[in-house]
Amino acid sequence: MANKKRNTILFIVLGLGLLLMFFASLSLGSVNIPFRDVYESLTGGQASKSTWEYIIINYRLPKSFTAVLVGTGLSISGLLMQTLFRNPLAGPYVLGLSSGASLGVAFVILGAGFLPSFLSAFVLSSYGIVIASTFGSTMVLLLVLIVSQRLRDTMAILIVGLMFGSFTTAIVSVLTYFSTAEQLQKFTFWSMGSLGNLSWTTLSILAVCVGIGLLLSASSIKPLNALLLGENYAKSMGLSFKKARLIIIFATSILAGSITAFAGPIAFIGLAVPHIAKLTFQTSNHTILFWSTLFFGAIIMLFCDIVSQMPGFDVTLPINAITSLIGAPVVIWLLVRKRNFQ
Amino acid sequence: MKTILSTINLSIGYKSKKATVTIAENLNLSLNSGKLISLIGANGIGKSTLLRTITGIQQPLSGKVLLNDKNINSYNPLDLAQNLSLVLTEKLPPSNLSVFELVALGRQPYTNWIGTLTSEDIKKVQEAMALTQIEHLAQKRHFEISDGQLQKVLIARALAQDTPLIILDEPTTHLDLLHKVSLFKLLKKLTQETQKCILFSTHDIDLAIQLSDEMIIMTPEFVVQDEPCNLISKGSFETLFKDEHIIFDAEKGKFVIT
Repeated sequence: MANKKRNTILFIVLGLGLLLMFFASLSLGSVNIPFRDVYESLTGGQASKSTWEYIIINYRLPKSFTAVLVGTGLSISGLLMQTLFRNPLAGPYVLGLSSGASLGVAFVILGAGFLPSFLSAFVLSSYGIVIASTFGSTMVLLLVLIVSQRLRDTMAILIVGLMFGSFTTAIVSVLTYFSTAEQLQKFTFWSMGSLGNLSWTTLSILAVCVGIGLLLSASSIKPLNALLLGENYAKSMGLSFKKARLIIIFATSILAGSITAFAGPIAFIGLAVPHIAKLTFQTSNHTILFWSTLFFGAIIMLFCDIVSQMPGFDVTLPINAITSLIGAPVVIWLLVRKRNFQ
Repeated sequence: MKTILSTINLSIGYKSKKATVTIAENLNLSLNSGKLISLIGANGIGKSTLLRTITGIQQPLSGKVLLNDKNINSYNPLDLAQNLSLVLTEKLPPSNLSVFELVALGRQPYTNWIGTLTSEDIKKVQEAMALTQIEHLAQKRHFEISDGQLQKVLIARALAQDTPLIILDEPTTHLDLLHKVSLFKLLKKLTQETQKCILFSTHDIDLAIQLSDEMIIMTPEFVVQDEPCNLISKGSFETLFKDEHIIFDAEKGKFVIT
């Protein structure tokens, strides 16, 4: 079939694009390193300057891997939510999952002072933050789900998500009154989002979490396709709806939760990328959408990272600002261009 | 001829903490292979409740629903999906599904964990599309086709699911007379050619009388199943609507307004 050939070509292009972006993100930054030297330091050869090798191995490589994990994870969680909620505007940020994760992290960072010291040391560790953040996002997702079963109206679900956003901001600002300047600074930096703060150790924790989330998502491809016809048809085709929904929710929560814990709340990637994938491949088949969303997620996140590094300049812009600057117009453009918004 | 689904002293209705609302009692219906059976009754009489109960979505108040001699509530979802397929009235959620993909989803109870279509699956899908004469629509998106075509596509999906029993909830609601008739004729043809049993609820009583093999009539007082001509001679249609201006003309086999 013609479609199959077209898809193969698209995937080859995406694969090459990903490789190119990955190398570009290693090469570009406050110090521009030539591609040849990037290649040399990656393959264990000698780069022209030893500092370049150090920058690439210990700084840029973990950051690029983080970008790939964040981009794929958030995009897939957006894809899952758009199908589960039958709502093209669903995504981890819009539905308040990131807010929930923020709330969890805020409690941990700003509230650690109230705990006995041995406990506060644990909760402030990477594990503590991941657990709090995943817990926060799961709670919000469960609440959204309860509301969505009472309200059949999909717009109402989005409003509930927005309300959670405001609610979180309110609680965080209350918490800030009771916290020290140091805690506040830590939280503010976290909330601006950053891909560059991960060591190889924390990166491996993130990789495990995202890996679990992606595996669960891959195992949900068939249920997701059934859900394209709605809950009742899906059940009539032999789907154990409750089990499938539980797996999808858990996958979304662990993806959004762990990523938000390490990289801060990152806007619009989860909403915009699945649409870019759907428009490019002109399909709703999740077998294809899953892979294309993975590729697009990684490529776009790497691109945002390169932009935020401002090649040739000394400053780094907050990644959250870049994804919003790119993502928000994309969503508006999609809405305006396509009347039958799928 | 084989009985596919039967109900034994079935009572249907709703149970809440405060009270039990019984909609109909002591139903002994039987759905046989190769029959086109219509379910009629006034709005709010409980047709949907009956359909929900005999498809296993809702628990009966008492009595049993037997599908192939086995209680429908003891089926696991996958086995049930291989024995019973549905065509519902609800609107499909937005998606980019093509007609072929939509029909192919009917193969889900048979495909592997990721939903790969084998050559047998593709053959079944093509057969279903040929029977419903929608092959020319295969590559269209499901939102690009007319209501009548979509209804055929949904029926093809149920056919692809390859079940001995298909149940349709008001399949003719949004269609004009021409498409209603062609849909009824399609259902009739399917029961004859595939020996499946097809049960559908409808408000198009005149057409149902002419084309169904059997009818199930629901009124507040009784639920009766029989062939249309027997139902006419028994006078079962007269009590269907409680309105002095709507009278059933037994000779013409249709309702007239006085």
